[in-house]
Amino acid sequence: MSHDFLAFAIVAAQYLLLLAMAFSIIRMVRGPRAQDRVLALDALYVNAMLLLLSIGIRTGSELYVEAGLIIALLGFAGTLAFSKFLLRGEVIE
Amino acid sequence: MNHLDALPPWAAVLVGVLVLLGSGFAFTGSLGLLRLKDFYKRVHAPTLGTTLGAFFMLAGSILCFSVVHGRPIFYEILIGVFLTLTTPITLMMLVRAALYRNRVEEAQEPPRRTTLE
Amino acid sequence: MAGFLLLAWLLLRQSLAPATVVSGVVIALGLAWAFGKLRPPRARVRHYPLLGKLLLRVVRDIVRSNLAVAWIVLRRRGRFTSGFVAIPLELTDHYGLAVLACIITSTPGTIWVDHDSARNVLLIHVLDLVDEASWIDTIKQRYERPLLEIFQ
Repeated sequence: MSHDFLAFAIVAAQYLLLLAMAFSIIRMVRGPRAQDRVLALDALYVNAMLLLLSIGIRTGSELYVEAGLIIALLGFAGTLAFSKFLLRGEVIE
Repeated sequence: MNHLDALPPWAAVLVGVLVLLGSGFAFTGSLGLLRLKDFYKRVHAPTLGTTLGAFFMLAGSILCFSVVHGRPIFYEILIGVFLTLTTPITLMMLVRAALYRNRVEEAQEPPRRTTLE
Repeated sequence: MAGFLLLAWLLLRQSLAPATVVSGVVIALGLAWAFGKLRPPRARVRHYPLLGKLLLRVVRDIVRSNLAVAWIVLRRRGRFTSGFVAIPLELTDHYGLAVLACIITSTPGTIWVDHDSARNVLLIHVLDLVDEASWIDTIKQRYERPLLEIFQ
């Protein structure tokens, strides 16, 4: 009974996260300005990381946590570089 | 799904609730990203996913792996620490970039050519 | 710094074998030495218990404003206004300002926009702006007061 609930909860969570990623992508495609797109990309990274964590719980493999850590790192660096670019028009001053 | 059957019932329910809560907050954050009207409002939305959304998800993950392996595993905390340190920095940079761009345009200065946009 | 790096290393490797600990200590000390070469201005933390209290308060506020922002987003169509608020500050310490920036930005519903260091005026954006004066008061009383005591 409780395990059925857990299985249901994980699948539901994964669908919610997929929808969240879809929303971010819509905003990224539609976003009127470049900063909207960068913001959506950042949200997309975070959602992808959470999705990886939920897959990790489902399959019982801790490798997914490491993948999530890497995504968080890359997302941070990428978003920072994009904002820097928007701020000055070049990445490295 | 053998390893999940190894969880005792209380842990299974708790992990399920935590995972649902986490994804619910992340979902709400992205919904806000889509729904709110202008950029400065939209900036607030993704913080939902990175604070409580990530917190509940990480707590569920920690609980699940700790119970399955029979020893405490706090490995996921690294992601949490990292996320709380970096999110404010990225958001502040982004807002400053947006402010800069808006000011440049409002002042009717010739906007610089950018390849993005 | 070195202790924090060592802890992160041990968490990543997930073992307490002697080889892991030794290599972790070497890497942590090396990196701490390298960063020390950058000569950051020293932070003086005066009041550790108050720092813990501030942390708890911030966690509670983050939870509460999470719920508030989620409610705003999920509500079908509600009217709310958002806008900028300018707050005059007394805090001048760099570390204090950095901590204040992180607090304000990581709380959903408020975000740090700009800080004018010449006039020491802070500009924040608030999602659900009802009363400007009450926000100024909140930020000053809840966050700036303890930070002033901690860092200055």
